[in-house]
Amino acid sequence: MAEIKYTTADPKGVLTGVHYMDGNHAACEGALAAGCRFAAGYPITPSTEVVERFSVRIPLVGGVFIQMEDEIASSICLQGAVWAGLKAMTVSSGPGISLMQEHVGLAACLETPCVFVNVQRGGPSTGLPTLPGQADMQQCRWGSHGDYEVIALSPSTVQECFDFIIDAFNLAEIYRVPVFFQMDECVGHMTEKVIIPEADKIKVVERRYTSKPPEEYLPYKPDPDLVPEMVKAGDGYRFHVTGLTHDERGYPVINAQAQKEMVYRLVEKIEKNAPKIWKFEEEDIDGADVVVLSYGISARVALKAIEMAREKGVKVGRMRLIVVWPFPEPRVKEVANSVKAIVVPELNIRGQIAREVERIAEGVCKVVRVPHAGGTVHDPEQIFDAIMEAAR
Amino acid sequence: MSVEEKVKENPVEEFLRTDRLPHVWCQGCGIGTTVNCFARAVRKCGIPLEKLAIVSGICCTGRVAGYLKLDSFHVTHGRPIPFATGLKLANPELTVVVYSGDGDIAAIGGNHLINAARRNVDITVIMLNNFTYAMTGGQVTPTAPYESINTTAPYGAYEKPFNLPHLVASCGAVYVARWTAYHVVQLTKAMVEAMNKKGFSFIEVISPCPTIFLRRNRLGDAIAELKFYKEHSVIKHGADTSEVGWDETRPDEIIVGKFVDVERPDFIEAMNTHLSKRLGDKYVWWGKK
Repeated sequence: MAEIKYTTADPKGVLTGVHYMDGNHAACEGALAAGCRFAAGYPITPSTEVVERFSVRIPLVGGVFIQMEDEIASSICLQGAVWAGLKAMTVSSGPGISLMQEHVGLAACLETPCVFVNVQRGGPSTGLPTLPGQADMQQCRWGSHGDYEVIALSPSTVQECFDFIIDAFNLAEIYRVPVFFQMDECVGHMTEKVIIPEADKIKVVERRYTSKPPEEYLPYKPDPDLVPEMVKAGDGYRFHVTGLTHDERGYPVINAQAQKEMVYRLVEKIEKNAPKIWKFEEEDIDGADVVVLSYGISARVALKAIEMAREKGVKVGRMRLIVVWPFPEPRVKEVANSVKAIVVPELNIRGQIAREVERIAEGVCKVVRVPHAGGTVHDPEQIFDAIMEAAR
Repeated sequence: MSVEEKVKENPVEEFLRTDRLPHVWCQGCGIGTTVNCFARAVRKCGIPLEKLAIVSGICCTGRVAGYLKLDSFHVTHGRPIPFATGLKLANPELTVVVYSGDGDIAAIGGNHLINAARRNVDITVIMLNNFTYAMTGGQVTPTAPYESINTTAPYGAYEKPFNLPHLVASCGAVYVARWTAYHVVQLTKAMVEAMNKKGFSFIEVISPCPTIFLRRNRLGDAIAELKFYKEHSVIKHGADTSEVGWDETRPDEIIVGKFVDVERPDFIEAMNTHLSKRLGDKYVWWGKK
């Protein structure tokens, strides 16, 4: 089995120091620190600054930026770059991410480690190009056809845009999956202090290349953790990969048995490794009557509401998802068992994450949705009212 | 080695995934013939096998990548060109070939075709043109000649077909050729030239689809089709590409040959030259200098 090899960041890509920058620029710097040396993109508000900065920086670091003819092209061009040996990302928002979905499925099927950055805006369709939303949270999980799993992270601060996109790249390499970095317009365009550490303090994961000779190597024979070892074009393996259902050799096999083996592994490699992937932040869960569970910018807005409710004497805890998918189901279940209610504020009106909490908490505790159609963030009063109602 | 053993040995076997044979193509289909040409071109082109990658989309021709024993990628419908672009730009030492059909390259992939030609990405696109979506049962393509019958043009096509050599040439492709499945020697030579050409190369290969297109249009069998190619082809190297369009099912003249062979900096060279001029020593040169 290929061990997960950690190394430290290549100093060429690391802008060590204290900066004042926006979330989109911080995400770009994080990607460079993580070793991303290829980006393909297409302009779209509110994400464009990520690739604008990448196109300024990459000629000085060593790598390629290409502005493709559309998002469909971007989302597959980056996969070509990955199979040639680079770490790569594409960056977009609502309509562009919708166009990319077929290639999310391709990345899942070929097990191409790569990162899709989605700076979420209001939708559907052209929606609110310049204003925030969190209504693509289910899309990033289910957006492409067929059975597969992805990983998704959601930053709340500009510093986290830097820090967690590094996690996104690392997780992509460890599990060979497309990883979504679910920002939103607020986080992307907010300017804050960002501390970029020294390169040798930044942990990056190397690709899990095989050490087997070509005659022994099978492209999709999984290691015990269900993830196969990788090779790249140009190394003499003369391997084949296909988006058709395939066997361990990477050859197409069009029958129910091969389908079962492939899709179960694609799903289980995330499900069974989920305890190593989950990442969330908690505060004052023990003894709380109400827990506010949120993510991204909404988790940050909720802080004010929590403070207001505490002033009224309500025992409020909070749980903030950093990794949204896979969902930390066992922990949410524990929390549900210990509180009266879970309040879920998010910038969508159909409870994209709330319904996941409801499914887990069904019959255990109350779940209070705090929907918002997007275009701005919640008024903290709205979340406060929900907490007070939940505490009743 | 006895004569019998020699006969049994296929001269292109080392380039094929023999463990995947028999292949999916119909009897009389021209795709296999062109793969044979390609395998011979691979032998002749002087490019080390481990540095040669092939990318296909989804169509009958899209299955080519699966039968060639190279680093081979069978991606999504219409998108082999952007995938190949990523491969080439990430590792400029690779020779990257896209091998796919007319529906894949010219219809759903048309935007990628024109932009790759414009950028002069150093890849070779070999596009089989059988005038139909054969894998899905024969629907009309943007190359289907006027009046030709396909399942979604049951009364005959009435849209103007693409003149693809003209399209890619006008977008800036540096090598453009057309041959038919009959011209195996010329096609093999064109493949060698295209793979060794720096920049965007495009070869259109006219190829018989006896099961669907020829049958439905009552054009005879594969042999009859190859005879038609033989008798009606006119080699015009350097032809004005605006005059090589294929509009009728049975054109009087099939113009074949090497239409374009010019020099222009490819994407990576243009990027390196431009950025090093603008950024001086700060620019990190991409690929071998």
